[in-house]
Amino acid sequence: MQITMTVNGTEYSREVEARLLLIHFLRDQLGLTGSHWGCDTSNCGACVVWLDETPVKSCTVLAVMADGHRVRTVEGLEHYGGLDPVQQGFAECHGLQCGFCTPGMMLTARWLLDHNPDPSAEQIREAISGQTCRCTGYENIVRSIRWAAEHA
Amino acid sequence: MQVPAYVEYEKATSIEHALALLARFGPEARILAGGHSLIPMMKLRIAQPEALVDINGLSALSYVRVTDGELRIGALTRHAQLLDALVAGQHFAILHDAERVIADPVVRNWGTVGGSLCQADPSEDLSAAFAALKASMIIQGPGGSRMVPAREFHTGPYQTVVAPGELLTEIKIAIRPGGGSAYQKVGRRVGDWPVGAAGAAIWLVGDTIADAGIGLTAVGARHFAAAEAEEFLRGAPATEASLRRAGEIAAEHCHPSSDQRGPADYKRHLASELTTRALRRAVRRAQGQEA
Repeated sequence: MQITMTVNGTEYSREVEARLLLIHFLRDQLGLTGSHWGCDTSNCGACVVWLDETPVKSCTVLAVMADGHRVRTVEGLEHYGGLDPVQQGFAECHGLQCGFCTPGMMLTARWLLDHNPDPSAEQIREAISGQTCRCTGYENIVRSIRWAAEHA
Repeated sequence: MQVPAYVEYEKATSIEHALALLARFGPEARILAGGHSLIPMMKLRIAQPEALVDINGLSALSYVRVTDGELRIGALTRHAQLLDALVAGQHFAILHDAERVIADPVVRNWGTVGGSLCQADPSEDLSAAFAALKASMIIQGPGGSRMVPAREFHTGPYQTVVAPGELLTEIKIAIRPGGGSAYQKVGRRVGDWPVGAAGAAIWLVGDTIADAGIGLTAVGARHFAAAEAEEFLRGAPATEASLRRAGEIAAEHCHPSSDQRGPADYKRHLASELTTRALRRAVRRAQGQEA
């Protein structure tokens, strides 16, 4: 079926099968490979993108469900040609090693800071608790998000 | 790579349209709400519906409000919405206790209350919470709507009374004076399905338990409830001894299975201990001693 969605401010129309998952639509059809395809079981959170105003796990959403909606991926985080404070925070505080979980982590972090500009470490840990990082032990991710909160 | 099998798909634009689509596609059609249970099942080919009727556009099914002395929850309400709804926690703290331990925040953003209930997983948390609260489910079909008590909603693992062509639209709970409620869950790790969990609702008159509801999940309790323990509590004093005994009775009447989450005798122990803990907290809340 024909679907149309706005991804990072750009409108895209494509013919897709109803069974196509949103993560594969973004990566394979639109070439937006910043969103990662991880566990395929909605556990790891590497595939988190925003659907309208809400972070969702895009391996568990059909592309057709996003028809008529807005999607924001990690490619849509930078604005006015500059990095988002969350991206800067991850760079400043060594918030990533292999980088696989990073796009999802940053999108959830951006959502958290939009709703709670000064979150505690505990609130940050709760917000990212559906996302798995195998490198950092989370400590540096929490620091990165705190950095972003302090440099908004 | 897990990919669902070929499937037809239509977006419903109203409840009536959803029912018409269900009628058109026949018994192998499924309602698609958040999809956080259905899509993983489809990816594993455990579920292979011929058609999906997407109800995500039906904002009329997404609400948490009090009308006519009842808390009403629209079936399309997201878990995160229920957790954020102050009115739900104010009347039934058990709902917020349970929502805090269902999956993780990102899954809760999109998974729905109605979807969880209709998935009817035998370890599902809200099924126990609504059993404890003696909630009612409103189901709409081509011939109109009908109301089913929470304890008659599930007919077995992954099975409910919602027939082909029907749609769960609302869950409602009567608000009664003197009430308090709580939910207690033990899982292997944060966000996992429970090894065992218990929900309790208590209605006090003075220090006497006028009525009690106990919900159990993942431990093989009939209708997600502990009817014998509730019967024991009705008219009993709200003392530690009563609550302990109710936990024991609840455990005696459930039928847990040994699996990768733990042996049956451990789950039975959990049923007893978690029932007592949930009851204790429900009583403190009914007495206004705890938020």
